[in-house]
Amino acid sequence: MSDSTSGQALSPHAFVSAAFREPEPPPTSDRGPLRWARAHLFGSVPQVLLTLFGIWLLYAVIPPLVRFFITDAVWEGTNRNACLPADVGHSVGACWPFIWAKINQLTYGFYPADERWRVNVVYALGALLLLPLLIQKAPYKRLNAIVFFGVYPVLAFVLLTGGNFALRHFLLGYLGFDGLFPAGAEVGGLSVAFWADFILSSALLALVAAGISRAVAGPGAGRGAARSTLIVMALLGVVLLAADVNFGLVPVETRLWGGLLVTLVIAVTGITVSLPFGILLALGRRSKLPLVKISSILFIEFWRGVPLITVLFFATYMLPLFLPGQLTIDGLLRALVGVALFASAYMAEVVRGGLQAIPKGQYEGAMALGLPGSLMMRLVVLPQALKLVIPGIVNNFIGLFKDTTLVLIVSIFDLLGAMRAAFTDPNWATPTTLFTGFGFAGIVYFVFCFGMSRYSMALEKRLDRAQRH
Amino acid sequence: MSTDPVIAQAEAGAPKLAVEMVGVNKWYGEFHVLRDVNLTVERGERLVICGPSGSGKSTLIRCINRLEEHQKGRIIVDGIELTDDLKRIDEVRREVGMCFQHFNLFPHLTILENCTLAPMWVRKMPKKEAEEVAMHFLEKVKIPHQAKKYPGQLSGGQQQRVAIARALCMRPRIMLFDEPTSALDPEMVKEVLDTMVELAQDGMTMLCVTHEMGFARQVANRVIFMDAGQIIEMNEPNAFFSNPQHERTKLFLSQILH
Repeated sequence: MSDSTSGQALSPHAFVSAAFREPEPPPTSDRGPLRWARAHLFGSVPQVLLTLFGIWLLYAVIPPLVRFFITDAVWEGTNRNACLPADVGHSVGACWPFIWAKINQLTYGFYPADERWRVNVVYALGALLLLPLLIQKAPYKRLNAIVFFGVYPVLAFVLLTGGNFALRHFLLGYLGFDGLFPAGAEVGGLSVAFWADFILSSALLALVAAGISRAVAGPGAGRGAARSTLIVMALLGVVLLAADVNFGLVPVETRLWGGLLVTLVIAVTGITVSLPFGILLALGRRSKLPLVKISSILFIEFWRGVPLITVLFFATYMLPLFLPGQLTIDGLLRALVGVALFASAYMAEVVRGGLQAIPKGQYEGAMALGLPGSLMMRLVVLPQALKLVIPGIVNNFIGLFKDTTLVLIVSIFDLLGAMRAAFTDPNWATPTTLFTGFGFAGIVYFVFCFGMSRYSMALEKRLDRAQRH
Repeated sequence: MSTDPVIAQAEAGAPKLAVEMVGVNKWYGEFHVLRDVNLTVERGERLVICGPSGSGKSTLIRCINRLEEHQKGRIIVDGIELTDDLKRIDEVRREVGMCFQHFNLFPHLTILENCTLAPMWVRKMPKKEAEEVAMHFLEKVKIPHQAKKYPGQLSGGQQQRVAIARALCMRPRIMLFDEPTSALDPEMVKEVLDTMVELAQDGMTMLCVTHEMGFARQVANRVIFMDAGQIIEMNEPNAFFSNPQHERTKLFLSQILH
């Protein structure tokens, strides 16, 4: 203490490392299963009580479930007698033969038995195209996406309905100019009137688009607008052609569709339509253009304010009253449109939440680089916003998947509807038929929803790993 | 003329005046943030803008690439007058690079992708060429080996240098710096300033809002002092620091030069 200029003598409490210390492993005392159990299960009195309660809960729930679905269940049989306790001689759990007997009805509804291969092809193709799309490392992502989102829906549509729609009128025909075209003339099963109408309408639309953009954006813009209109019309033409050509498939009305087929058609359509529509609506709601903004808000708030059952009911029973006589829209299609619009409104709000979380600096960074607004949204803002709201998006998907059961209210028989129809079969009237059926339906829904949930979590993890902060 | 061939190429055929501001006024609601600002910047000039917070210096340079709109007066950047015309705004933004206090890198893209994004989508440059340009500038800011990482994995100083490289990849004729070192840890300030000094030596036209007076002395042709939305003093650096004219400038300098 005599030398007051020395650093160590500043204060008896000062401490300076005498030498550089190498890193050491953490102490071992806080590892091992016993330590873990003590820290996480039996740390305090409330923790002990909660642990005991949890154990009791598992004990109360799991054994009865196993007993019902597995050990007491009947696995084979041809009719109700196999599942009657009196005939079997012990208490009976799930009556699985009932499901085996009805499995076709649950998968295809009343789809004609000879044509079910078409549904199978659609299922298989869908799975085949979707799987590589979900696996990050699979090659040809862009091509795969184009085929899945562009070609597959048309293919599925033609296969499921049978195609060969007798298309008679396009725009001009509906506007009352049918006299222009020869009625009844056909080339290779295609109506001359329709295709002449289509080509003429496309040309007229392109001209109108060119005229409008010329007036709005100056003389240079006309050609581009005409070209994009023609491209859109050409794509529409391909789709219409696919629907119009006679491939020799027996037509199957959507009334006959049912079971899992309907559930998947509605859910997949709803999901694939609601995401892009929701994004557009969310962007519209944040737009600076008052007209766009107000119409987006009106749309979103209207669909969010109305129950889905009302929407379906209205689409099915009221809409036909407002449509002109010759125009009829297929029942399933009406439900599809209702579900898709409904889901879009919800999706829009989820996406908006993500957009609001993107800091202003990201917009400024993109603007300062000269990225125009549309590119800024597409390349900088949306990728980040959508990543943020993946849990919300998948939440919506799962909700939508289960909401499809509501179409039962408008006499469309989805999986649950087909199940309820199967319950009425007196051949299978047993005390546990109902429980077996709902249990099975629950398992099917759970598999799909849990699959989506796990995939979204894996996706989040992957994206997080890439951009760890 | 620049010694860097890529920058020199961008400079060829540019108008002599880089920035011209005539009677520029701006309000935030009722608050008069820029009051009748007149400023001319020649090509190749380096300006340092300083002043107390809220004096409008950030707003001033953000008006140059229209991140903020001015309500009165004229701003002509690189021969293009800024108006409501979106096309012209995008044109100006293509020629004016900017670095921000908080870097504003895109966290979902790698360093290389951050640098190639605008050249590929705005300049329609092929991917390979854009990557070559990006690597050229990443080498210039001395972080080519980080190209595959994400911004979140880099230190603040490295991120700011990437931000400079990202701006340079668009081959801008003018660079704006909005307090590029004020969000950095003290140890990282120097690496960013060194990069900026090098850029200045290459002949880039630069407008920097900064309080790094050493940097101002070293590279600036002129130092501008702003207070209450006005330019109240402008001088070459030596005279500015040794002999400030205005009372407010003297007070400010006495506060920041210890």
